[in-house]
Amino acid sequence: MSKKVKYASDSGSYQTSIMVKSVLIFIVLVLLTIICLGPILVLVINATRSNAQIIESGVSFLPGTMAIKNFKTLMNDGLYSAFYHPLIGLKNSLIIAGSCCALTVFFSGLTAYGLVVYDFKMSGPMFTFILAVMMVPTQVTSVGFLNMIVKMGLVDSYIPLIIPSIAAPAIVFFMRQYMLSSFPLDIIEAARIDGSNEFRTFLTISIPMMKPAFAVQAIFAFISKWNDYYTQALVLVSGKTEQLTMPMIVQKVVALDRVVDLGANNMAITLSIIPVVIIYLVLSKFIIAGVAAGGVKE
Amino acid sequence: MATAAQRRIKSVSYAKYGYIFVAPFFIVYFIFMLWPLIETFMLAFHGNGNTPKLDEAGTSINCFVGLDNFKTILFGGTDFKSMGIHERFVRCMGNTVIIWGGNFIPQIALSLLLAVWFTDMRVKMPGKGFFKVVMYMPNIITAASVAGLFLSLISNSPYSVANNLLDKLEVSAPGFYNFIEGITPDAMVKDGDFFFSSDKWASRVIIMFIQVWMWFGNTMIMLMSGIMSINGSLFEAAEIDGANSRQTFWRITLPLLKSIMVYTLLTSMIGGFQMFDIPYMYRTGSTLNQYTETAAVFIYDMFHANFASPSYGYSASASVILFVITSILGAMVFYVQRDKHAIEIKKKRKQAMKEAKKKAAQGGGLGL
Repeated sequence: MSKKVKYASDSGSYQTSIMVKSVLIFIVLVLLTIICLGPILVLVINATRSNAQIIESGVSFLPGTMAIKNFKTLMNDGLYSAFYHPLIGLKNSLIIAGSCCALTVFFSGLTAYGLVVYDFKMSGPMFTFILAVMMVPTQVTSVGFLNMIVKMGLVDSYIPLIIPSIAAPAIVFFMRQYMLSSFPLDIIEAARIDGSNEFRTFLTISIPMMKPAFAVQAIFAFISKWNDYYTQALVLVSGKTEQLTMPMIVQKVVALDRVVDLGANNMAITLSIIPVVIIYLVLSKFIIAGVAAGGVKE
Repeated sequence: MATAAQRRIKSVSYAKYGYIFVAPFFIVYFIFMLWPLIETFMLAFHGNGNTPKLDEAGTSINCFVGLDNFKTILFGGTDFKSMGIHERFVRCMGNTVIIWGGNFIPQIALSLLLAVWFTDMRVKMPGKGFFKVVMYMPNIITAASVAGLFLSLISNSPYSVANNLLDKLEVSAPGFYNFIEGITPDAMVKDGDFFFSSDKWASRVIIMFIQVWMWFGNTMIMLMSGIMSINGSLFEAAEIDGANSRQTFWRITLPLLKSIMVYTLLTSMIGGFQMFDIPYMYRTGSTLNQYTETAAVFIYDMFHANFASPSYGYSASASVILFVITSILGAMVFYVQRDKHAIEIKKKRKQAMKEAKKKAAQGGGLGL
């Protein structure tokens, strides 16, 4: 007597239910995609329409033809031209985010290297200290920070924006974990025998080997500094036009009491979003991998 | 003997480099982060205002006032001004908790659901990578731009997309929102427009939505990496045993994801107390919206709104209170995330040390 064994996967209903589930999930994901991209799309389309068109109807599925006119309004109208200098903002943001990014990555790598490679008495307590301060939020220290830079006479200077990025506990932590898992210490020994000094070993051997970790952290450091409105508004108290950064300019557009031209307003916000989105799309592979590795701390 | 001595010499000669390599980090940390923290604590015990000399009321920044600032913001005082500050602080803390809760609960539910779907091997679907990229995207856009984006979509302005649609649908019943307590209607606002960005609950819900919109992709990816670190054979075994997706989720995924969930919860709470950008910038006009002002906005506004004579004392004491709360939460994270492996190694090393000592005592007899 032979009895045919029946597996769940043989039955049509199993396959169907998986199919149905997949389709349902797909629909939900498409809806979420619309929620994620919809607001941005509406904004971008409205940036190409005139004030009158937007007042007439808020949403349109077809882009308008007024993009250039809106941009001209933005550059020439008295209401905007007092502070809207996108090139200056771009330059300032690039200076701040770029130098912060370089300092953060280099010094975090250096610190992690020091903690991992050398066996010194304080390395344990120092690492514990880094872990402990990882969670201290910037807002909590901002009063003292501002008071300190007032005393130092560093108000309206980029120094308090850039120099503190040398000390980034969360990134040191990430780099240390990375080094522990994928950095062979024997190679340092080999370099020593070959007569390389310690700094040279770090610069020419360890940095190239830790490139993946450096790249991910560099991207995150750059994005978070680029977006950091809080510290920039804190330090650049007087908000001089030639010192404004991108987020500060956008904030000024957003906070306008009177709006002369909705199209121009939308254009200003669109122009601030587009470069970030393009950079993100180019680097998205690294960024998603970095988030998955838990290396992001806001 | 010789090897031990050599080892010692070697470790001594290289330890120096360890200190040199970590020195920049610690020097900068002490100057730019630890010192401001100490300064904040000191300011919390000093007065407000910026007069260089002690004034009659004893409230200048150079005047030691003890716990007065804490008393004022936590319990209020007899006079009108300190009652106002107390009420504002309590309101801001309340707003923070409400907005955080209203953003965290839907966010974690959505992220968990998506993370389970994305990691489910049985679900076959095109474009998983694309969806991940799209869902993380709102997180990298500058908060100022996000606030502007949503203000143009849904705000007090009669020309925002939402009010425009309301006009189209002719929902503008008379007195729909002609007057809101404490808010003088802007000249631009016509009768029948909804005050989305200053209404108590509308503005809160919109900010909650923006926070979810910005952060669910991030949480989802973190949870996904958590799920993927679970041993795959457990899922296979469950499937062979005939468990359906729901059973797999409740009996396997969720229990094994507990520590990551707790970590997400606590870091999100810490992040919640820092919530600044969106609540500060999602508003119409120059006055802050009292229903969406968070603790971080309170701290910032207290010393920044009036830079000529900042209320450093109140701001600093609020900071100290937040610091205590985040430290407690941080300690909990520390406890959840503690490196069990390292602790075990330490224990073993201690035990080995003890045994070695014992042996030395037995062998030499004259150890000391």
